Amino acid sequence: MNDTLDINQCRDSEEEDKYYVLRLFITGASVNSLRAVTNIKKICDTYIKDNHSLEIIDVYQEKELAEKEQIIALPLLIKSFPLPERRLIGDLSDTKKVLKGIGITF
Amino acid sequence: MSNIKAKSLPSLPKALTGIKGLDEITKGGLPQGRPTLICGAAGSGKTLFSMEFLVHGALDFNEPGVFMSFEERTDELTINVASLGFDLDQLQQDKLIKLDHVHIDRSEIEETGEYDLDGLFIRLGYAIDSIGAKRVVLDTIENLFSGLNNQAILRAELRRLFGWLKDKGVTTIITGEKGDGTLTRQGLEEYVSDCVILLDHRVANKISTRLLRIVKYRGSVHGTNEYPFLIDEEGISVLPITSLTLSHAVSTERLSSGIDSLDKMLGGEGFYRGSSILVSGTAGTGKTSVAGSFANATCLRGERCLYFAFEESPQQIIRNMNSVGMDLQSHIDNGLLKFHASRPTLNGLEMHLLVVHKLVKEFRPSVVVLDPITNLVTVGSASEVKSLLIRLIDFLQAEQVTVMFTALSFKEVISEQTDETVSSIVDSWLLIRDIEFNGERNRGMYVMKSRGMKHSNQVREFVISHKGLDLVDVFLGPEGVLTGSAREAQQLLEKAGVVLRDHAVSRKDREIERKRSVLESKIASLNEEFESLQEELNKTYIEEQLRKEVLEKNREEMTRSRDPRK
Repeated sequence: MNDTLDINQCRDSEEEDKYYVLRLFITGASVNSLRAVTNIKKICDTYIKDNHSLEIIDVYQEKELAEKEQIIALPLLIKSFPLPERRLIGDLSDTKKVLKGIGITF
Repeated sequence: MSNIKAKSLPSLPKALTGIKGLDEITKGGLPQGRPTLICGAAGSGKTLFSMEFLVHGALDFNEPGVFMSFEERTDELTINVASLGFDLDQLQQDKLIKLDHVHIDRSEIEETGEYDLDGLFIRLGYAIDSIGAKRVVLDTIENLFSGLNNQAILRAELRRLFGWLKDKGVTTIITGEKGDGTLTRQGLEEYVSDCVILLDHRVANKISTRLLRIVKYRGSVHGTNEYPFLIDEEGISVLPITSLTLSHAVSTERLSSGIDSLDKMLGGEGFYRGSSILVSGTAGTGKTSVAGSFANATCLRGERCLYFAFEESPQQIIRNMNSVGMDLQSHIDNGLLKFHASRPTLNGLEMHLLVVHKLVKEFRPSVVVLDPITNLVTVGSASEVKSLLIRLIDFLQAEQVTVMFTALSFKEVISEQTDETVSSIVDSWLLIRDIEFNGERNRGMYVMKSRGMKHSNQVREFVISHKGLDLVDVFLGPEGVLTGSAREAQQLLEKAGVVLRDHAVSRKDREIERKRSVLESKIASLNEEFESLQEELNKTYIEEQLRKEVLEKNREEMTRSRDPRK
């Protein structure tokens, strides 16, 4: 019983200094892609300003990534850390959903 | 004028599928550079169908292909089709096939606004370009609908995808699960309107049959029937219904039935090559023995025979035929005889026909035996069996294969129709019937019909002994037809009669002989009597002569003595 409590406490303390690894896959300069880039930058700046890394990848430039990363719908945001991995598709205009998807709590 | 115009019109280019029979039905394959929808219920063979299309394209027609799977993982796919002899790993290494598994899981994905399926386009485009693919399979793209929520986007994007595939000029197969009252659950047929093929898996009387139907094929004539197809270790084979034009070549060559006396009944030479023979009779009348003997004779001539046994196992038939002096095992060892034993209920009727087709094409026999066809009725109705047998006979005659059916008639009184109603389409019909008389049962055989030859109209007794099969003339006595021991008794009686008559004749001969010798001796004694009489007569005649001479002499002497001048 005590053990589980300890673990929970650990997690809580860890959550303070979470580091977010995000990758955004886009397709060139399409409307959805541009919107997604704007939206994710805004969210990152607002909520996780200093503890995140954001990589923006144009799938047109690296086509082999599409199969490797199981990409179907674009734009796609992959949060690879902290675990579990989450995938968010769309132009990221629904801020609430994006925050929930990445795992940022308020 | 219109003729010339029609000739110059370009016809729809088609991509051969390489699937046995399908290219005949579609008159050349699927529409090239266009999407084709294959739909059907779960387990109807959609994935296998599309995989065969790709592999044949890659290996036989030099058209590499991309298989995009939305269901099975690539390693699963590889194992699944390995049973058909397709080595997908090797094909992928040779850059002939590209497998791509699209994993889509709703629980992992959050939709946060407007999106499109550009990822799929890029992915597919990249796969196509990497191997120069000409064929694409999307299996089953409908799974996107379970992974993504926004139907409006999906539909718009699918429409764009099919347009894009057409622009790319790749021949595409899209598979779709059959929906309620619609061809596919998500109405994919709305987007793919060039060619739609429906696969079905139907169970009737607990027997399953796979069926294929071309629902629509724009810009092309095609067969519209439901065609049964078979999935086995060689993949899919569709059975095109053979043409019933009755234009096959005929042969005047004759084949021995293996029973000399039966050949004699059939104009002295036996059956025509390429003809169909029906042997029918009640239970236990020796139909299988007749079939076995025909098979035996075929193999002894050095020809191949294919024997379909629907009731007995091959070992059982070999053993039983051994007891009547036929060694079928040696023919199997020589590779001249091949048994295919299966219960009729193993397959639907169409499957049986397909199996016969396949084996005949493979083994190239000159004689095929089906023993018995009666059991097929358990899998289909009589009319279905008849249509099957007509097609079978048609196919075999086109291949110049002689076929012998055996059929069990249930009725003791043999009507003009067999239960399979095939009697009208066969060329020769032998009937074996029981003749029950005098406390025993014997077999009587006669030739009911035999087209194109002079055949005996007599009933012969059919005798099966350890020496083999034989037909014996039945005895027609005042009491009717005698068979079996009654016939033998009659024959014995006749034999006894002959001995008695012989005996009587010899007694008479001896009497004549005796009478002749008596008469002859009588003649001899009379002759002697005559001779002695003759001698007696001669003697008196000579005495008279002598006396006359003596008297003459005496007189001369007397006259001389009286003459004194002397």
